[in-house]
Amino acid sequence: MSTAAPQSFVSHVSYVLRQNPVTMIAFAMLGALIICAVFGPSLVPYDPLASSDQILQPPNASHWFGTDHLGRDVFSRVIVATRLDMVISIGAVALSFVAGSILGCIAGYWGGWFDSIISRGLDMIMAFPLFVLAMGIVAALGNTVENVIYATAVINTPFYARVVRAEVNIRRDAGFVQAAKLAGNSDLRVVALHIFPNALPPMMVQVSLNMGWAVLNAAGLSFIGLGVRPPTPEWGIMVAEGANYIISGEWWLAVFPGLWLMLAVFTFNLLGDGLRDMVDPRQRR
Amino acid sequence: MSQRARIIAARLLQAIPVIIGVVTITFVLTRALPGDPAVYFAGDAADEASIQQVRETLGLDKPLPQQFLIYVGDLVRGDWGDSLSTGQPVLSDLSRRLPASLELTLLALLLSCAIAIPLGVMAATKPGSWRDHLCRVAVTAGVSLPTFFTGILLIYIFYYLLDIAPSPLGRLDFLYIEPERVTGFYLIDTALAGDWETFGGAAKQLVLPAATMAIFTLAPIARMTRASMLQELSSDFIRTARAAGLKRRKVLLGYALRNALLPVVTTLGMVFSFALGANVLVEKVFAWPGIGSYAVDALVASDYAAVQGFVLAMALLFVALNLIIDLLYAVIDPRIGFEGG
Repeated sequence: MSTAAPQSFVSHVSYVLRQNPVTMIAFAMLGALIICAVFGPSLVPYDPLASSDQILQPPNASHWFGTDHLGRDVFSRVIVATRLDMVISIGAVALSFVAGSILGCIAGYWGGWFDSIISRGLDMIMAFPLFVLAMGIVAALGNTVENVIYATAVINTPFYARVVRAEVNIRRDAGFVQAAKLAGNSDLRVVALHIFPNALPPMMVQVSLNMGWAVLNAAGLSFIGLGVRPPTPEWGIMVAEGANYIISGEWWLAVFPGLWLMLAVFTFNLLGDGLRDMVDPRQRR
Repeated sequence: MSQRARIIAARLLQAIPVIIGVVTITFVLTRALPGDPAVYFAGDAADEASIQQVRETLGLDKPLPQQFLIYVGDLVRGDWGDSLSTGQPVLSDLSRRLPASLELTLLALLLSCAIAIPLGVMAATKPGSWRDHLCRVAVTAGVSLPTFFTGILLIYIFYYLLDIAPSPLGRLDFLYIEPERVTGFYLIDTALAGDWETFGGAAKQLVLPAATMAIFTLAPIARMTRASMLQELSSDFIRTARAAGLKRRKVLLGYALRNALLPVVTTLGMVFSFALGANVLVEKVFAWPGIGSYAVDALVASDYAAVQGFVLAMALLFVALNLIIDLLYAVIDPRIGFEGG
């Protein structure tokens, strides 16, 4: 059993990947994004903040994505921005993963009053259009990158908490849980080590679907001037700055960061679909 | 009381705790301002005495529960504070600009449904075919496109390159005279006045922003249509209808789609959440004079009363839209209200 299970999982994964080339492409694109995020600043040909006299050059051999109104290389800025955008969205998703897990476990395992209070609290968050709530939170807490991360985490938490709550709830009286309790494990230990791991596969799918949304959300917030401030390279800000030049025809300022942003979100969305196929083939839509 | 009326009444009652929750969160946000809210509301040039005065007028020296009651009382009386940048009461600013946002959002959703539902039906009739895959990739690409980027791209293509769209600045070109305000919806107001030239002008301004928002909201509607169509198409009554020799079109549209639309109506709630958020970005891109661009301007100017009024207004709008969807559901679902009569 212990040797057979990983074997069959690997073959299952490779089967799904072969069946679904789109998912394979998504994994490759994720790899490329991670390389950009980790090594980006040392790979790019120009300093993303250094201005030069070559302003508003269209894309050419030395500046692949052209230059902006201060003569900065758009390609370098787009690649370097990968790290910041990833940090914001991964940070936000990680925070909501942890918060959602804790809240969901409490609500699902102990039920009763805890459940009512937590569930109603999450409903209150979901009663807002989520991007608007994120705007309100950043406005109230102050206009910084950390607060953009917190705001994105808050609006994503209900999704995780609901998944965990449901998964924990259906298992709270399962045979293996009662066995673990009879063996003398404390409630906390049973929840954390015996029940919660069962919720991880659907959580991973949620993470991937959510990442794309978190990237969009963070870029949207900085597009309207919240969080990251110029001259820091960030996709949302670059699109916002480029927007001023689009009606005079300098398209490359906004289009390349926008395309990159779209590619990142697209990667996570496809990945989420693919992961869902792997984890739960019945849910395939 | 008929069962249907009872369900509707119960649903209306359910909205009350949600509204209380929304107001509570906005209250927490108003009190969460970094440092002392009184310093913010007093402005930069304020001295100790005027800050103290602001603190007293805002009631910040009172205990929190009492502050909350005062806050709720003010909201109910229509006192949502004054905007620093426009100098007007926030509520009147918002209500003057709301029709512009609503016109855009509702038109975008209509457009989105008109495209997404046929797409979903097409994908569901041939699952696994190239059309199905194309549909999946296309809608995923649509939801991956940041709305602000789609908007800019459309402006570049249709305004700069092709020169067939009007300049992306607001609801009406300066060539036209603003219609007399009846509903605030330009399309309706101009139609009422019989001014078809201005109607055309307003419609032209609407096309690009509405298309931008529609592209973003395609995915959830198309996916849900496909999933629920698949389920309906594999059910017994469809098999019976097919076996009875009914026309393909009649089976698909008359039987399967009508039933498949019910779950689609439920997902509209989530779609509205998407759309209202995207609305802010689209309004900023197209200089649309709605409440979204009002909030963005207020954010930049640190005009907190205006931002909080906007957040509250959007949340109340969202609650109302969800309520309408649920009521609509109760009205169109034939299974509800049969036995109660």
